[in-house]
Amino acid sequence: MGTFHHGRSELHGITVVVDTRGPKVFVGRCDDLDEHEVILLDADVHEDGANGRSKNDWVREAARWGVWKKMDRVVIPRAEVASVVRLGDIAAD
Amino acid sequence: MPYDPRLVQPMREELTEIGVQELRTSADVDAFMASKTGSAMIVVNSVCGCAAGKARPGVRLALESTIRPDRIGTVFAGQDLDATARAREFFGQVPPSSPSIALFRDGQIVHFVPRHMIEGRDALAVANGLVKAFNKYCTPTTAN
Repeated sequence: MGTFHHGRSELHGITVVVDTRGPKVFVGRCDDLDEHEVILLDADVHEDGANGRSKNDWVREAARWGVWKKMDRVVIPRAEVASVVRLGDIAAD
Repeated sequence: MPYDPRLVQPMREELTEIGVQELRTSADVDAFMASKTGSAMIVVNSVCGCAAGKARPGVRLALESTIRPDRIGTVFAGQDLDATARAREFFGQVPPSSPSIALFRDGQIVHFVPRHMIEGRDALAVANGLVKAFNKYCTPTTAN
């Protein structure tokens, strides 16, 4: 799972996975991304282990089908972000 | 709020001019899905430039394949709201996204291409993925 370091022009409008250094992982449409924050639209979030699914399990399922929107907009501080990758680049089972 | 129909019309025609059946109402969708035999495909069209601009040419390329769905329809997300909502009911537990493409076999969804699998890909890549699915699901079954 490679990490992108591009600016808004690269990922704006693209569905991405934002993994955090904590238990949460987000999937949503990237609105903006800079050194301070990542802003996602139409996003969903999963917490590691919730419903018996690891972050990887949940992301792989998201890669196959997509996600249900649970948040119109979410702002994730960049300090909490471990990686940002395109959901379409993740191989689904 | 639906988009200006004048803006959307060329995007509709990009599919209808190659024979894709436009499904403008929920009744159109029901009629299209009434047959439970063979294969069918529904393209959820959209205005989104970064993805739909690749989806439509990808569908056009894929439909040049000799093996293709028996029936091909399209709804337009953000424009034909009732038809799109009804089509998504046939997609089962698949989260809504647009553009997207659903392939059915004998009335059951067997393959789905969500928006994120179109984003960032070119039309040929979209087409190649569809043709692979056509070859898997649209080949006529033979009686033994």
